[in-house]
Amino acid sequence: MRIGLFVPCYVDAFEPEVGIATLELLERFGLDVAYPFDQTCCGQPMTNTGCHAEAAATEALFVRNFAPFDYIVAPSGSCVHQVREHLTAIPQTDEVKAVRGKTFELVEFLHDVLKVDAFPWAEFPHKVGYHSNCNALRGIHHARPSELNKPAYSKPLDLLAKVKGIEIVTPARPDECCGFGGTFSVFEPAVSAKMGYDKVSDHSRAGAEYVVSSDSSCMMHQKGCAARIGVPLKFIHIARILNGVSA
Amino acid sequence: MSAHEESGPRDRMIHPEVAKAGDESERGQDGRRLDHAEATTRPISAEPKAKAVREAQPRGAKIRGNRPIDQAEAAERFLAAPLHQKAHDERLWDLRKKRDTAAFGIPEWEELRDLASQIKAHTLSNLDRYLEEFEANAKANGVHVHWAADGAEHNRIVHGILKDHGAKSLIKSKSMLTEECGFRHYMAGTGIEVIETDLGERIQQLDNEEPSHVVVPAVHKTRFDVAAVFAKTMGTDPENDDAHYLAESQRMHTRPLILEADAGMTGCNFAIAETGTVVTCTNEGNADLSGNVPKLQIHSIGIEKLIPRIEHLGVFLRLLARSALGSPITQYTSHFRAPREGSEMHYVLVDNGRSERLGMEEFWTSLKCIRCGACMNTCPVYRRSGGLSYGATYSGPIGLIIDPTFNKRKYSTLPFSSTMNGSCTNVCPVKINIHEQIFAWRKVLAEEHQIPLLKQGMMKAAGQVLSRPATYRAAIGAADSALRALPRFAVYNPLNTWGKGREMPDSPRQSFHSWYKQNRMDKKPETDA
Repeated sequence: MRIGLFVPCYVDAFEPEVGIATLELLERFGLDVAYPFDQTCCGQPMTNTGCHAEAAATEALFVRNFAPFDYIVAPSGSCVHQVREHLTAIPQTDEVKAVRGKTFELVEFLHDVLKVDAFPWAEFPHKVGYHSNCNALRGIHHARPSELNKPAYSKPLDLLAKVKGIEIVTPARPDECCGFGGTFSVFEPAVSAKMGYDKVSDHSRAGAEYVVSSDSSCMMHQKGCAARIGVPLKFIHIARILNGVSA
Repeated sequence: MSAHEESGPRDRMIHPEVAKAGDESERGQDGRRLDHAEATTRPISAEPKAKAVREAQPRGAKIRGNRPIDQAEAAERFLAAPLHQKAHDERLWDLRKKRDTAAFGIPEWEELRDLASQIKAHTLSNLDRYLEEFEANAKANGVHVHWAADGAEHNRIVHGILKDHGAKSLIKSKSMLTEECGFRHYMAGTGIEVIETDLGERIQQLDNEEPSHVVVPAVHKTRFDVAAVFAKTMGTDPENDDAHYLAESQRMHTRPLILEADAGMTGCNFAIAETGTVVTCTNEGNADLSGNVPKLQIHSIGIEKLIPRIEHLGVFLRLLARSALGSPITQYTSHFRAPREGSEMHYVLVDNGRSERLGMEEFWTSLKCIRCGACMNTCPVYRRSGGLSYGATYSGPIGLIIDPTFNKRKYSTLPFSSTMNGSCTNVCPVKINIHEQIFAWRKVLAEEHQIPLLKQGMMKAAGQVLSRPATYRAAIGAADSALRALPRFAVYNPLNTWGKGREMPDSPRQSFHSWYKQNRMDKKPETDA
């Protein structure tokens, strides 16, 4: 099984350790993982702003880079949602449709494809609040959203339950959006920041030492908000915990 | 808010001056906090006897003709009034929680949503037939039926009916349709007095403000704000913000106007084709007063309110109040079918852009909306912005997808006032894919160049960089070193909208890309630091 590792642009630039943890974690399961060297981005900043034409060349590059693989795995629900649901600015050839269909977010890849039942190397003896990225939650169905009267499930919490010593705490508004919203964070900065302040305060009140998420983008925003208003929270990507980081 | 239809003599009400020290005025006679059908009252100050901090009510978006609404600017002013913002957020989140409890109490909730969505889809797909059936049955019941192509025609028709009867005053219950038509503004120039009978809507009318929410129109106001409005318009005590006192004062002030009114008017929640009936759902009984007290009654109906048969009503009634307020049903569900002996009854069926929307491939399902407000209550942006920040009749998520159909330029910015988190879609009782329509609107607006040139230019530049690996690598390198080199004051300048409210992310020594090149291209694996 050949895996193409997709490292989203902000992970590449700001959180390289998340990319490294994802790569190492996949390799622990004996997978053949390659990082296509000419990759850039999934096109989400443009399409989310309505500028689909402006995203076309980036989308085509994505498909060129990842077409040869059996699976494409990325440590971001948001980018995977873009590829799966919104990579439509270019003609939908069989190749494009195939790439979109075999792109997976790390948590669902571990949970649904590899069906991992243990992470013997992982131990994280801390109180942790889980942050659901909205695209991961409601777009690619990581868990049951709080609005729906359906049976509860959560793929990320299933995986974290296999980590030794971890304690999950739940905020009062468990899946309220943190306000990042991609370009929303810079075009509507006041509301975005306020949502972030409320989110990190909620996690802190619930007793979390760490906020854990499958998306670095939300956490980058929340980290900036927490630092600004002085909420003592630490932030860590789920890939690093599952890969056995010690903190 | 709800008027207390059954409240006792005035001297039984708890007034702050007769209440025991430390007693909060918003507690009822049994000592429990008042839990209205439409909201829970909350103390603004933890210590009611201490001099409460007053805060001026933030006003809505600045309207400049056809120019695009600056929702972000208005939202920033709302956020600058923390007492208002906090109360607003908490009241609406409380409604969301009550909605969850009510919805989760019904095992078949999700099936009900499916069913309601399908009934609406069927009705809208056969709307011409059902409208004709409705009209024929209404006429057979003795109702006068009028058709209005737009808001202006609606207003002219209603004015004409009132003039024909020599009416000098009109009492009406809350109707988003009449807001959409600008009915009150139109009537202001006719010499006929319009009196809103819904408490929240009355507050908004007296304050000369639009409703900020489709169900709780004055939810952005605190009790202090209401006290100030009533003091100015009805001469109540400006220092008394007791909820009972204010509601009762309004009631005493408005009841005579209701009893003496020449005509009454309501909106419509559901129009039943097979019976020609208009159904309204209220918690104050004010639609009944408006419809039943005067000898002339008018019902304004958006053509999308049709449902085929009375048996379908139950599906929507089970969903409406639970979605809106978390209550099983509204206090009053009123069926208006035929004129009473000696009175006259009119329906005005209004299109106002609905037929055109019905033909829009990506957006026609927004016509399924039953105006429950659940999408607003759950929307984290709405709760922190206030409904008036949208500068439109419909605010919040449903507003973002309806408003541009009325005026594409003026409301071109609204679909961007969202994080597209999707909670709105999940609470919608008729399963409108609201957040996907927000996404689709952004594409339409960008293609028609209704988004700012600067924004589109930025995206064009981003697209050029992100589609060229070498250029992209150069840009990442530059961003890294710029972040490291620039002192804090340069990064946190007013143009840096990220840094205004947040700290910048740390910039690592090395990107993943260069780590991979260094460690893996040379086949020397390292472990996670």
